[in-house]
Amino acid sequence: MADSAPAQPKPSSSVKLVLLGEAAVGKSSLVMRFVNNDFQENKEPTIGAAFLTQKCNLPTRTIKFEIWDTAGQERFASLAPMYYRNAQAALVVYDITKPSSLTKAQHWVAELQRQASPGIVIALVGNKSDLAAVNGGASGGDSSDDVDAAPAAEGETNEEEDGADARRVPTKTAKAYADEENLLFFETSAKTGTNVAEVFTAIANAIPETSLKGPRGVGGQTNLGRQEERVNLVGGRTEGPKEGCAC
Amino acid sequence: MAGTGDADASGPRAERDEVEQLDFANPTINVTQSGSRSASVSGVSTISTEETPPPLPPRPKRSDLLDSRPSTSHSTAPARPRLVSKATTQLSYTDTQQYHQDSKDDSLSSGTSRPKRFFGFASRNVSDTDDTASVRSVAPTLGAGGDMESIMGDLMPGQEKPPLNILGHVVQDQEAESLFLPDPDFDEAFIREFDDIDDIDADGSNQESVMLEWRSKLKHFLILSSAGKPIYSRHGDDQLITNSIGLVQTLISFYQGASDTLKGFTAGDSRFVVMSKGPLNLVAISRLSESDAQLKSQLDALYMQILSTLTLPSMERMFAARASYDLRRPLEGTETLLSALADGFTRGSPSTLLSALECLKLRKTHRQVVNNTLLKTRSESLLYGLIVASGKLVSVVRPKKHSLHPGDLHLIFNMLFEAGSVKAGGGENWIPLCLPGFNNTGFLYMYVSFLDLKHPTEQMQERPSSKDGSGDEVAILLISANKEGFFELRDMRDELVSQLQKNGSIDVIGHAVRLGRPSCTDVVPGSPLRHFLYKSRGNVQFCMPKFRPYFGGGAERRRLMDLYGRLHARLHNKPTSVNICHETATTNISLAWATPLFELYCVAPGTTSRAALAQAANKVVQWVRREEERVFIIGGAVF
Ligand SMILES: Nc1nc2c(ncn2[C@@H]2O[C@H](COP(=O)(O)OP(=O)(O)O)[C@@H](O)[C@H]2O)c(=O)[nH]1
Ligand SMILES: [Mg+2]
Repeated sequence: MADSAPAQPKPSSSVKLVLLGEAAVGKSSLVMRFVNNDFQENKEPTIGAAFLTQKCNLPTRTIKFEIWDTAGQERFASLAPMYYRNAQAALVVYDITKPSSLTKAQHWVAELQRQASPGIVIALVGNKSDLAAVNGGASGGDSSDDVDAAPAAEGETNEEEDGADARRVPTKTAKAYADEENLLFFETSAKTGTNVAEVFTAIANAIPETSLKGPRGVGGQTNLGRQEERVNLVGGRTEGPKEGCAC
Repeated sequence: MAGTGDADASGPRAERDEVEQLDFANPTINVTQSGSRSASVSGVSTISTEETPPPLPPRPKRSDLLDSRPSTSHSTAPARPRLVSKATTQLSYTDTQQYHQDSKDDSLSSGTSRPKRFFGFASRNVSDTDDTASVRSVAPTLGAGGDMESIMGDLMPGQEKPPLNILGHVVQDQEAESLFLPDPDFDEAFIREFDDIDDIDADGSNQESVMLEWRSKLKHFLILSSAGKPIYSRHGDDQLITNSIGLVQTLISFYQGASDTLKGFTAGDSRFVVMSKGPLNLVAISRLSESDAQLKSQLDALYMQILSTLTLPSMERMFAARASYDLRRPLEGTETLLSALADGFTRGSPSTLLSALECLKLRKTHRQVVNNTLLKTRSESLLYGLIVASGKLVSVVRPKKHSLHPGDLHLIFNMLFEAGSVKAGGGENWIPLCLPGFNNTGFLYMYVSFLDLKHPTEQMQERPSSKDGSGDEVAILLISANKEGFFELRDMRDELVSQLQKNGSIDVIGHAVRLGRPSCTDVVPGSPLRHFLYKSRGNVQFCMPKFRPYFGGGAERRRLMDLYGRLHARLHNKPTSVNICHETATTNISLAWATPLFELYCVAPGTTSRAALAQAANKVVQWVRREEERVFIIGGAVF
């Protein structure tokens, strides 16, 4: 995606970003679209968490995203703090065809607001917008109350099938919530690529200068650019509890 | 695989490492010196280093060779009352008697002078050497101890009966390509085996056809809670499997009431094997020819996968709180791993059959360089470090007092190379997992990075999206008990890979990966063998030639694995286990041979004489002996 090489070195900084959200809403697919510009139908569920990096060129600087894509399954919930603890940005994803996934997303937002770094930039992302009929969301979706039907619809919604509208979360509802909580908000499709780059660019732009660090604030080698002398809120990876292993 | 071992087992043995290491370094070459002390049938077992064929039972004096496929019944064992511990073949009863007579006479007359053929072994109790091996067998190596009696039956070369091809073998030429008689029904069923079953329509109109689809599957795995709640089924949704679950549940409770835990029963052409493990009942329903023991070891692997996701105590806690607990929720995402395991079993897995691992063949010096690099770059919290190339172990680094359990490694390999999740995801992975063979009570954390062999020092962002296991994937696995250890291990990985790059190991590994497995004729020029499995019992590792071209197709390979499975069952079925056996079909002839040191299974076209087969088997053993430190990882890197 955003990768035409800069003519001259621009300041470069790394941004730690975590993806959270219910399993199967499309977190890994969004990352894959952003990093590889690729999409897979019937992707197998993530196990544990995946770590990927991708550069994003802004007019004035280069952002290197260090992305944690978490699995979203309940049993991994207790590991989540490890991934968001030092994050400067979070993408909280839900599936616009599944209202319960928005509820789950709201829980994540609340947890981040309580536990993550105070300045964390949060984007709420409604994914699978390709499954909505055109304009279906903007008008509010007449089936907005049809919560019970949603889980059943998931998986059976054959894409493009006679243009049926699988949307169960109206754009309005999610947008109102996002505004209230001061979140960035996007509806995306990892499948078609709609709005995916935009989410990451918006996040890059929303990160306050003051919280930007040099590349690899965590983990060792510095391969690019100068280290910006900024408040390093976090102590790097050595911080944090070491307990918790049963071996 | 028999995954009941736990971490304690490795403890007490650790002190013996130093001593055993010496023996272990050279486990097979000392032919003359050892062996005799273990040969319980003295007198018959003078050790000789001469090259002699493995013992041969006499060839069947039957002409009904078209009666090709031996019975696939699962209960063959009790059918041969007099065959305890003796070689068996697919013989008529009379022939068997004859053979026994022969062997007895033999052993009386020429017993002491008969050359024997088994390689010495460093220690009588194979498991004594275990803790120097990087992978450890839990099962006490099947009690093979030193019982050598079935070495009896050696045929002197001159006694070889007329070669098989005299006996009406016109068929042979037509079937030259395949080792098995055509079986289109099976081919058809096998091709469809892995297809999804349709959903039942809302109006139920297609219920019949869906049920038929379900029944036509060759193999089912069901997991249910002891309260009867479905947890996992390889094929079909809850609605579909309710019938089977009901039936199985009823049977289980019936037998449990009788304080006799149900093991297996046959219904129609299907064999049911049930395994109860604490709060779970695991069921295999198979129409393939697999023994109960083999099905049980498959169920064991599925059970280990569940523990690997949950750990034993947490699973028990869930059920203690509520017997009707729905385990599917905490297992979410594990179905793909269970199904990958299940499908591996259905396709036929030498690794599971033998409870052993395969290694990438490397020169000893090359492997040492890799081992040393692992040791040198080892980071503080590292527990196990592995380099794995397309499911074959390249190198291991481990603490002295911990071995790796083959069952645990099988789970890891399944996750990385069979299930698509990790492979297809791109990037690096940080995976909490319990290795139940190591310790079933807690989690370890595994760092996974796949290498791009052409640009190994760059992170591989875009892996070839094909999931067909193109075969050249190399993964670095670094396992730690520290859940915060990701970046530490990531740094280790960077250092490791850059050093492997510098010292040429990456190229060496890449070359070995591209080379692939040898063909039978690479192993032994002119060998009549089409395939073999050689398991080193001490190392808990196996090696084999490539499946192609003879067993490239899924169904052909399955038939080969069926054959191996039957031979394996006959070597291991208690109490009638044997140390050597043959199977003769119209189109193939096969041999299985167990010594305390190894198990060998091999197959050749039906035109091959027994003598030629035996000779070929011996040549394989010689080859492995020569190449042992290349085909197997011996000791590994220990810290
Ligand atoms: N139609 C559609 N399907 C998607 C989209 N994103 C993901 N999926 C599918 O949703 C399923 C779950 O996606 P995945 O990325 O694994 O979700 P995760 O568990 O949140 O990482 C997969 O089958 C994807 O192919 C999308 O934008 N549109
Ligand atoms: Mg995912």
